[in-house]
Amino acid sequence: MMGSENQGFEEAHIDASREEMESLVLDDPSNNSNGTKSFSHHRSAMSSLADSHHLLSRPMVAAPADSDPLLAPPSFRDFRNPNVAADNSSYIEPPSYADVIFSPFDENAVHEIDGVDSPGRSSDSSVSLSRSPSSSSDYIKITVSNPQKEQETSNSLVPGSNTYITYLITTRTNITGFNGSEFSVRRRFKDVVTLSDRLAESYRGFFIPPRPDKNLVESQVMQKQEFVEQRRVALEKYLRRLATHPVIRKSDELKVFLQVQGKLPLPTSTDVASRMLDGAVKLPKQLFGESVVVAPEEVVQPAKGGRDLLRLFKELRQSVTNDWVGSKPPVAEEDKEFLEKKGRMHDLEQQLSNASQQAESLVKAQQDMGETMGELGLTFIKLTKFENEEAIFNSQRVRAADMKNVATAAVKASRFYRELNAHTVKHLDTLHEYLGLMLSVHGAFSDRSSALLTVQTLISELSSLHSRAEKLEAASSKIFGGDKSRIRKIEELKETIRVTEDAKHVAIREYERIKENNRTELERLDRERHADFLNMLKGFVLNQAGYAEKIANVWAKVAEETSAYAREST
Amino acid sequence: MITAQRSSSGSSHSPRSPSSQPYLSISVTDPVKLGNGVQAYISYRVITKTNFPEYQGPEKIVIRRYSDFVWLRDRLFEKYKGVFIPPLPEKSAVEKFRFSAEFIELRRQALDVFVNRIALHHELQQSEDLRTFLQADEETMERLRSQETGIFKKKPADLMQIFKEVQTKVSDVVLGKEKPVEESNPEYEKLKNYIFELENHLSEAQKHAYRLVKRHRELGQSLSDFGKAVKLLGACEGDALGKAFSDLGAKAETLSVRLQKEAHQLLMNFEEPLKDYVRAVQSIKATIAERANAFRHQCELAETIKLKEINLDKLMLTRSDKVGEAELEYRELKLESEEATRRFENIVRLMNEEMVRFQDQKTLDMGIAFHEFAKGQARLANNIADAWRSLLPKLEACSS
Repeated sequence: MMGSENQGFEEAHIDASREEMESLVLDDPSNNSNGTKSFSHHRSAMSSLADSHHLLSRPMVAAPADSDPLLAPPSFRDFRNPNVAADNSSYIEPPSYADVIFSPFDENAVHEIDGVDSPGRSSDSSVSLSRSPSSSSDYIKITVSNPQKEQETSNSLVPGSNTYITYLITTRTNITGFNGSEFSVRRRFKDVVTLSDRLAESYRGFFIPPRPDKNLVESQVMQKQEFVEQRRVALEKYLRRLATHPVIRKSDELKVFLQVQGKLPLPTSTDVASRMLDGAVKLPKQLFGESVVVAPEEVVQPAKGGRDLLRLFKELRQSVTNDWVGSKPPVAEEDKEFLEKKGRMHDLEQQLSNASQQAESLVKAQQDMGETMGELGLTFIKLTKFENEEAIFNSQRVRAADMKNVATAAVKASRFYRELNAHTVKHLDTLHEYLGLMLSVHGAFSDRSSALLTVQTLISELSSLHSRAEKLEAASSKIFGGDKSRIRKIEELKETIRVTEDAKHVAIREYERIKENNRTELERLDRERHADFLNMLKGFVLNQAGYAEKIANVWAKVAEETSAYAREST
Repeated sequence: MITAQRSSSGSSHSPRSPSSQPYLSISVTDPVKLGNGVQAYISYRVITKTNFPEYQGPEKIVIRRYSDFVWLRDRLFEKYKGVFIPPLPEKSAVEKFRFSAEFIELRRQALDVFVNRIALHHELQQSEDLRTFLQADEETMERLRSQETGIFKKKPADLMQIFKEVQTKVSDVVLGKEKPVEESNPEYEKLKNYIFELENHLSEAQKHAYRLVKRHRELGQSLSDFGKAVKLLGACEGDALGKAFSDLGAKAETLSVRLQKEAHQLLMNFEEPLKDYVRAVQSIKATIAERANAFRHQCELAETIKLKEINLDKLMLTRSDKVGEAELEYRELKLESEEATRRFENIVRLMNEEMVRFQDQKTLDMGIAFHEFAKGQARLANNIADAWRSLLPKLEACSS
């Protein structure tokens, strides 16, 4: 499913940044007064789940200065030391969150609020789910970038009309099956569709990550740039998911897609035209009951539109029979465990959908809170300026000073809310991801059903063939010496039966294979989902707690600054 | 309840007994809904504790309704021109129907503050109308209420109109559109501008404060929904992970309750004081209007007197027999004019004093509001941090 890119990589990265963090905190607090340099290299500890064991191994209320950046070190709570407390504004997010625009009547505030350089790492748009692939040190890292417009070559009747976008797909890997460790190709969206279709055929029963939608309507409606960017992100996510699937990452289809320069050498469709022709040619013969040689391998693929019309009709009839007659089909889905799991998957999907929705509402509410808090802060800043400018009495200046403290705190808190939210989004995204994954589960389950249907169809086909043969034999045995045409028919029938038997065996083998795939994939899904959800919960909780503490400190400071009034209130 | 201290200035009452400090302490309590449908109203119990000699004894309890408070405010406004009369909570015709507990509590609190501010004010606390309000029986109050024809008796729409006129007049003068019957006092102009701009700023702040209250409620609601969804998901998953989900969901629901509580606190202790501030500024605007009226009256009389003077001289020159009459009129007018001038100057003097008090009081009021706000936010955030952190040990145990 999804896996973290480079476990080893990230760990090394954390250690380096942690050291930096430690040295900074231990430094003289005056260092922190220039907020721009304080925590610039410290990357978001929260977004990487590989971190979690670091974070959790630290004591909650830590004495040492190298404590977890998320869990505020005691100096945070010590507001007698305002410098240290005040400036731990943002060591995590890119400057965009720090773009609070107001006039710098207080340099301190400006520095505090100006925020910090973004860490140098490349943006990771997808959740990094931390399951390592089978062997812990191999990796495939795929990047999609550089969209370019290209012309459809000469085949089009209208010159110069057909343009399309290609994307640069760069792969870095140390897996041996690939030629080399870094390579790039250009691919268009159609190629991705082809890849996805081919994988679906070759890997029936597996939970194959669903590809991005074609978005036919949106591509017309949206701004071109926006749409292209959206698609780029989606493609990257998709390819990365493929690369973390333990089986698919080793597939030929993927290898070809990632490496082969020029036109993608995978069949774009299952040659619908010729198959239709085949089917159409065979159909009259079949309708008249003549035997047809059906290659067993063809049986293995599910009946597709145009491919084998008669087979389609037969299987449809069979499934209807299964449904309505209620008679036990020859090969029933008797795997109770599977049926139970299927039911569970269905439940899971429903609850995931619900939780995913509520997660979105939560994120929206947090965002609104941050926004309103920020607006409140800005309003008070304006008021402060006003009172200061118009001040006649000292009480006005005092009030202006009080207001400024509140305003500054509100603006800071607002930024914290927004940072908190950015991380919350990433964590709860796990829910969305798994919800999306349910599509591939559906796909795998339906692979199984159609394989079963094929088996059932062949079995009832066989039984009807047998009974026809019996009838013919009974009829011809009554004629002494035999009925030449009947005997010939019996021979043909027997041949058909043999072929159909072979096909049945192939179909059963395929069905068993798919069943096994389903089983291992379900196991994998459960295992990985457990780990990912656990990490999600931990990350979410740590995130919430960490930022809540930061926000608490900001307000505690103001409460302290206004504590004189506490004695006055009744 | 705030205990009022009597100021020594301007007091012409009997000497205080040295043994006890004078106090006038009032509480507005026990809101009770009376009447039905459109006629429904809230009555409050007003308890007065005092040792002021003018009052009937140490404690008095009366029943009052909102319009009684309005009567008191109107009377004070009439009698004490120049003083910034403490503001009343809005007469909300719509909310009244719904009578939510929150609305009732906010109103009760605001009325309590109103009446105690009067009790604290060294001039207003001596008002006879205050005494009537605090002590008279309900029938008397009802009678007095129906007689009232003050400025505030007008419908809110009219009131708004009056305020608007004051505003336009001020801005007109500021913009140089309209010529005088306005004072040409640059300091006073500055003050008027200050007041009008202040109202804008404060209204904006109050609006955002109110929105912040809503955001707390919304966040609480979404946490609750999220918690429920997560619990259901946990039920699906089962075993340790399921339990973890379940615990998280329960925590989220707990925090949701906490957020709703904080929203209420925020409304009472932060948004309401801001609203009160806005009302106070509007009350000052009313005083500004009064001062303008007084000034205009003074000017008109001065004009009239000039004319009368000219006329009198003319009559004296012609040795008319109307001289005596005219002289009488002139003298009367002179007295009136002096009275008008006195009144105007009194307003000016009072306003200056009031501004000082106003600024001091507001710094105090807002300081308290800010303190409560910050305390509340800090407490909330700490509760949230603690709640989430309490889940960590179990989550740790899960993954090991």
